[in-house]
Amino acid sequence: MNRLASPDDVLKALADPTRRALFERLSREGELTVHRLTERSGVSQPAVSKHLGQLRDAGLVRDRRAGRETHYSAQPQALAPLIDWMKSYATFWNDRLDQLENLLDRMDQ
Amino acid sequence: MKPDETPSRSLVIERKLSHPASKVWRALTQGALMEEWLMKNDFQPVVGHRFTLRSEPNPHWNGIIECQVLAVEPNQRLSYSWGSLGLESTVTFTLTPMEGGVLLRMEQSGFPTGAGRDQYYQGAKYGWTRFLDALQGVVAKLD
Repeated sequence: MNRLASPDDVLKALADPTRRALFERLSREGELTVHRLTERSGVSQPAVSKHLGQLRDAGLVRDRRAGRETHYSAQPQALAPLIDWMKSYATFWNDRLDQLENLLDRMDQ
Repeated sequence: MKPDETPSRSLVIERKLSHPASKVWRALTQGALMEEWLMKNDFQPVVGHRFTLRSEPNPHWNGIIECQVLAVEPNQRLSYSWGSLGLESTVTFTLTPMEGGVLLRMEQSGFPTGAGRDQYYQGAKYGWTRFLDALQGVVAKLD
């Protein structure tokens, strides 16, 4: 990964179902061209290219030019901030519920 | 959400509280009290009411959680949607009376797709749940 994406970048990039589908397909099938990714997608090639650009900016995919084709591959390690963020909810709620208990002790019946 | 998709995407925390349900309910549903333990808010215990929870912004997050009240059953159950950074989940508090107090159960479930924002790709619905489940194998290999 050539830059560190924040959870915000990763989540914004993956907030769109078409981009999630593109990313999942690249994770599953390895490197693919824009042409291959456009097939069966129901989305135009310029639209696919634009989505791929957004995934690339979030560090989720890498592109490689070869002749007239651009090849894309998934960079799953870019998901780490998202996974960490979701895990952090357990800590978040335990802290908040501690505060709730503290408040209950201070409240009148 | 299908039942088989729920467990891996929900967070459950239970606390035994030695306080009456009615008192815990007040802490869960009165805005000023919610602010003391949760976040600044404009909550109203009315089904359908939209509200925000606000905490300090940081460079990666504006600190705002968009919510909508889904269920209000006084002294028993409170549920609201919890939307942040494009991820939507549901937070549900359940109170069950027990000897000397009440059992509080907090469940944050789903991380499902937001209603109305879904699109279709290759005929399949790519919700967050399915997406994250599909990627669990990939993520497990990261370390």
